[in-house]
Amino acid sequence: MAELLVEMTGISKTFPGVRALENARFELMPGEVHALVGENGAGKSTLMKILAGIYKRDAGSIRVKGEEVEIPTPRAAQQLGISIIHQELNLMGHLTVAQNIFIGREPRGAAPFLLDEKSLNAQARELFETLHIRLDPRTRVASLAVAQQQMVEIAKALSFKSDVLIMDEPTAALTDTEIDELFRIIRHLREGGTGIVHISHRLQELKQISDRVTVMRDGGYIDTVQTADASIGSIISKMVGRTIFEATPELPEHPDPEVVLEVRNLKRGRVIRDVSFQLHRGEILGISGLMGAGRTEVARAIFGADPRDSGEILVHGKPVVIRTPANAVAHGIGYLSEDRRRYGLALIMDVEANAVLASLRKFAGRLGQIKFGRTRAAAQEQVKGLAIKTPSLAQRVRNLSGGTQQKVVVAKWLIADTEVLIFDEPTRGIDVGAKSEIYRLLNDLAQQGKAIMMISSELPEILRMSHRILVMCEGRITGELSAAEATQEKIMTFATQREDVVAA
Amino acid sequence: MQTTPPTGKFRMQSLVKGESLQRFLALGALVLLLLFFSVLSGPFRTTENFTSILVATAVNGVLAMGATYVIITGGIDLSVGTTMTLCSVILGLVVTNAGLPLWLGIPAALGGGALVGTVNGVLIAKLKLPPFIATLGMLNVSRGLAQILSDVKPIYFEGHPEFYDTFMGKPIFGIPNVVFIMFGAGILASLVLTRTILGRYTFALGSNEEATRLSGVNVDAWKIAVYSVAGLFAGLGGVLIAARMSSAQPSVGMGYELDAIAAAVIGGTSLSGGVGSIAGTIIGALIISTLGIGLSIIGVPDQWKLVITGLVIIGAVWLDILRRRGRA
Repeated sequence: MAELLVEMTGISKTFPGVRALENARFELMPGEVHALVGENGAGKSTLMKILAGIYKRDAGSIRVKGEEVEIPTPRAAQQLGISIIHQELNLMGHLTVAQNIFIGREPRGAAPFLLDEKSLNAQARELFETLHIRLDPRTRVASLAVAQQQMVEIAKALSFKSDVLIMDEPTAALTDTEIDELFRIIRHLREGGTGIVHISHRLQELKQISDRVTVMRDGGYIDTVQTADASIGSIISKMVGRTIFEATPELPEHPDPEVVLEVRNLKRGRVIRDVSFQLHRGEILGISGLMGAGRTEVARAIFGADPRDSGEILVHGKPVVIRTPANAVAHGIGYLSEDRRRYGLALIMDVEANAVLASLRKFAGRLGQIKFGRTRAAAQEQVKGLAIKTPSLAQRVRNLSGGTQQKVVVAKWLIADTEVLIFDEPTRGIDVGAKSEIYRLLNDLAQQGKAIMMISSELPEILRMSHRILVMCEGRITGELSAAEATQEKIMTFATQREDVVAA
Repeated sequence: MQTTPPTGKFRMQSLVKGESLQRFLALGALVLLLLFFSVLSGPFRTTENFTSILVATAVNGVLAMGATYVIITGGIDLSVGTTMTLCSVILGLVVTNAGLPLWLGIPAALGGGALVGTVNGVLIAKLKLPPFIATLGMLNVSRGLAQILSDVKPIYFEGHPEFYDTFMGKPIFGIPNVVFIMFGAGILASLVLTRTILGRYTFALGSNEEATRLSGVNVDAWKIAVYSVAGLFAGLGGVLIAARMSSAQPSVGMGYELDAIAAAVIGGTSLSGGVGSIAGTIIGALIISTLGIGLSIIGVPDQWKLVITGLVIIGAVWLDILRRRGRA
């Protein structure tokens, strides 16, 4: 019986207002890929951050290679042979790829205080070769696409040659090819005896790559099973504690023919190349495409968050001027961005304040004074209606789980009475249980007559939820499919339909 | 975790663990200081002295209130000191040179301050200048204008005894009106900060400006409003200091902005934005005055006063960071 690489027992951790972990445990053997799953708020990230020295545990013990240890800082974790690839990128944008990877252990030059930039870049290049990554180590990280930044993060973690590698949602921003590449690297590491912890919501992926699966729920340990023996359904049941039936929700029959939003000839440089479409009342319009296709850019341009070169936007058939988000909101358009923590919420403010942030004017008296009775009532109504899991309206949004935070953002736009809702990756980083709630919510909203644009990179999600699907590729709309005729293959074909460079 | 409507108990829990803690600490520090000096020195614990402390706090307190708004949005205003001077000069010119009554002069001073603040706001919100640079520039502009308008000479309010009387006269409990004006301004500032949309947007800007913009709020306009508020309070400060000195002194004012910022920070306003209170700021200003006067009375030389005040500011910010880290 091989000695355990990591053994965590009785771990508890409390943040202000939230009991994140209660008597949690986890173990890792050398040469295994151990998946860690659970709903949002289950405590998986927190538990691993404790192992990686980012948080300090309140109670419990950690043994690494049989010895009881304290892990007070990330550096201590590194010295114990533990490294982590974060869900949120932790890179320094102004520095180059190589500088980021070797930060803190830069190769020195002739004198100990001089840096050896050449050696730095050479070592980075070597690293990339073994990982089959094609990047110039001298590129500034800020100029890379998100997926490439993720690869830098991965390379950095792998360069430590750790015994324990923790990966927190590593595939979120990667294409299928990059995911295959990552898995190849993982298998290679596993053969070398590294223990890998893989936190992810993508259960199909975990079935492919992991040896064991540990399920957590509500901050506690539930079960550990051999991946080969467990079905996805059974894992989901354990995560959620109840059975979820995956029935496809009923799409409203025919959405209204009334065109609520129309976009004509939207252009912005090479990022948005002549995009035009219509959005109907009660419709869920799926926007599909690969990363970098320009979907978020289109959404932001419509919303006034970014300037555009040209193009018209019509609401209810009338052209409107949208130069800032304030204009868009005034015309009844709301936008829920991909990165809700950065763009959707004021983290140190509470649930109530965030919920009314887009519509504060409505709750103000003549002198500008806020009518707190009304804001509280409105926020409370949303908390109930959307089943937002929070101990109170005064809870700081920072302390809530990802899925709950997303609901607060939705509440914000509902209180603002917007007609058009643009959802950008609505279920990113959200667990299975909350996902189906969000799907049900989207359907309810459509039935109520809202016009919904849903940008998503998850094909099953797009197929399941949309009345119509637009597919984008490199800034253009390359295809339109109705719900009836859409398949994953057709979407992928359109999504990869790049412009012909050579005139045949 | 169920969804429970907010009861008093929940609000209390999150409050005590939050910024209020810094405020209680600041209040505690103030009380300790008062006790310390009272024990050490007889002359300190007289009503005249406590009154002097209050009067000494009036101008700084008012400037610091305006600064609090700006700092909560994550910005900074280095021009409040010289703007105060400029406004006192404007008041002097209107009342003394133009012979207009006080009730016209005071709005003129306040208006002048608000105008400077608006310029700051436009530079920062529209031209995207960093607040430090924009307000540093206006610091010099205000100072220059004050000197130009006054011809670098003090303006005395000799023909207007009512000026001094109105502000420094002592009707209530032997405390001059300036003190009540400061507290009155404080109450107004606090109400606006905690109960109006201007206040709410101030916090929102400091917490996450981009998310606020993407929520459809006209971030530029509200930023300008916040800096105008700071300018307005600088104008009020100008009126108060002119009253205290019975004159508009164009050479005074530089350095006042630092005391104002210090007061806000000691009182719990975080330089990284999103957190702060007027009550805390007033306590911070009182701490600075108490320290200054107390140290003088027990015979500490001026140079050491500066060192000690500096250390107190460092200590206060360090406490703020510790408190913040504790919640990670």
